[in-house]
Amino acid sequence: MILDTTILSDVSDTMKGKGLSEIVKVEHLKKYFPVQKSFLEQFFVRKRSYVKAVDDVTFSVKKGEVFTLAGESGCGKTTTGRVIIRLLEPTAGEICFNGVDITKLTGEKLRLLRRKMQIIFQDPYASLNPRMRIVDAVGHPLEVHGLAKGEEKKKMVSEVLEKVELTPPEQFINLFPHQLSGGQRQRVALARSIILKPEFMVADEPVSMIDVSLRTTLIDLMLSFKKELGLTYLFITHDLAVAKYISDRIAIMYLGRIIEMGHKESLFSNPTHPYTQALLAAIPVPNPERKAKRIELTGQVPSAIDIPTGCRFHPRCPYKKDKCSEKEPLVTEVEKEHFVACHLINSGNE
Amino acid sequence: MPLLELDSVTVDYRTSRGTIRAVEDVSFSLEKGKTLGLAGESGSGKSTLGLSLMRLVPYPGVIVNGHIRINQTDVTELPEPRMRSVRGGKVAYIFQDPMTSLNPVKRISAHFLELIRTHEPNTSKEEALERAKTMLRDLGILPERINDYPHQFSGGMRQRIMIGLAIVLNPDLVIADEPTTALDVIVQAKILDLLENLRKIYGMALIIISHDLSIILERCDKIIVMYAGHMFEYASSLELHRNPRHPYTQGLLQSIPNIELVDQKLAAIPGSPPNMLNPPTGCRFWPRCSYVMEICRTKEPPLIDTGHNHLVRCFRYHEG
Repeated sequence: MILDTTILSDVSDTMKGKGLSEIVKVEHLKKYFPVQKSFLEQFFVRKRSYVKAVDDVTFSVKKGEVFTLAGESGCGKTTTGRVIIRLLEPTAGEICFNGVDITKLTGEKLRLLRRKMQIIFQDPYASLNPRMRIVDAVGHPLEVHGLAKGEEKKKMVSEVLEKVELTPPEQFINLFPHQLSGGQRQRVALARSIILKPEFMVADEPVSMIDVSLRTTLIDLMLSFKKELGLTYLFITHDLAVAKYISDRIAIMYLGRIIEMGHKESLFSNPTHPYTQALLAAIPVPNPERKAKRIELTGQVPSAIDIPTGCRFHPRCPYKKDKCSEKEPLVTEVEKEHFVACHLINSGNE
Repeated sequence: MPLLELDSVTVDYRTSRGTIRAVEDVSFSLEKGKTLGLAGESGSGKSTLGLSLMRLVPYPGVIVNGHIRINQTDVTELPEPRMRSVRGGKVAYIFQDPMTSLNPVKRISAHFLELIRTHEPNTSKEEALERAKTMLRDLGILPERINDYPHQFSGGMRQRIMIGLAIVLNPDLVIADEPTTALDVIVQAKILDLLENLRKIYGMALIIISHDLSIILERCDKIIVMYAGHMFEYASSLELHRNPRHPYTQGLLQSIPNIELVDQKLAAIPGSPPNMLNPPTGCRFWPRCSYVMEICRTKEPPLIDTGHNHLVRCFRYHEG
């Protein structure tokens, strides 16, 4: 408990001192996964190659907001989320939580940090142990952190089940996951992640496996925790329509890097990066009277092992110029807090 | 003459825990060259209905009632060998998962050869390969890649190959079951554009089965909304978008986020879909419906024609 208070007082001091509004700050974060060499390559190929899942990502999440990482599969959004809550070790870069560098935390300090940061996964069929009753699954974090057990645990689980609208809780508490529907399971997963009263939650595609008619209630429930529990979300999704509904700010990732980031109003009314434009144009709009205008992209997303030189989007970009393949674009602020990494924007300034 | 006619089709799954009526009393018809969307959530019976058109409902599923006519032929009564020539030849099915639908140890050429020469035994190998290559070109894949294996292609390309396999025999009807669910938006848009273009070129009818009402509204002429095995609403997509009549459809339309709207407020449908082993009596939607009346709990509403060929299964439109 002594450690706990030191960390917490550290945190509150910095917050008071600097009026810190950023709960999480990520700087130049990288996560490379080594590629397994074949038996022969172990002898003959000296160079190790890496999947550069996250390749120099910088952003910050403000207290109380919903910050979304969006992009196609393989862009590194999930890896980024997992590195931030230290489920994966970063290769390079710095992660700050409430002003404290947590990149290198270990042991007891890391364990205490985990109370403050939680994650909810995409697949509620895989994220719950099929042999654990709801009371044990949801109450497990309490036991791990030595906060409650037995009757006290049960009471706290009931409270939190009520919060996620699985009522009456007595009806659910002794069930197994297979007795619940997908939507109910995701609520159980949500209950488990808020039982430690975290400040920061990574939500990795929490509604993409849930039926459309049930999505809104789940999303609204999650948003209500912003106020009720003082939660801040890092939301990860491939679905920009959902992102637009729930986010305050959105970052678009492509091949391990953020290529555009801004407030949702600014991003959706003025998408500036050609990739963002193509992504937005590809989203189906539920209106038969409007005919889609597409932006054609050639080819497919290159491998994250062999990232293109210069701007990593240039092989598919419809507007590419010579320098796009030579130099990496700088990040430019096109509107207030709306950042884009693209040579077409930079060119005016040079 | 409609290409496809369904007449009160009912499909049961006879499981050890009881009979599940996955599809009940579905009737509709589809004209040549048109696109129909089957929309619904998981468990609504949309895929079962799609599979029953090819008589491919997996065990323990049985078509217990009704008739399915394709080009005037009642396929519910065809003997199995003749049914086999209908499948793939006259009606083709595109499955959801392109990763598992291709045989990983066979080259793409072998997939095409087997398909073409099973249905048209007189075609020579060279001729069949030539057709396969033309098909690949239409799909935007280099014809030289015909000798590659499935794992050498990306997800989107595999799905395009699946589409190619479905339409290379020039079927009259293609059923695409969640054709883009496993794919990213940019690839999804490309695949759907491709399907639309090929439909125009080859003049086939298309049924798109999807949980994503946005795709269906964007791409289909007619739409059927399914819920718990029942056809809840049938209308043209324009009509459905302007005047959704069933409370379920209304709720569904209000719960899809639309990126073109500013400050959209999403509505939610309370409750969850019924357990099909024990569906509610009366209308299957009443426990979740905000307009529920006394009659809804006890009696099943009929399909009511509200004009303009717009059918809805709801007592609110029942007169007298």
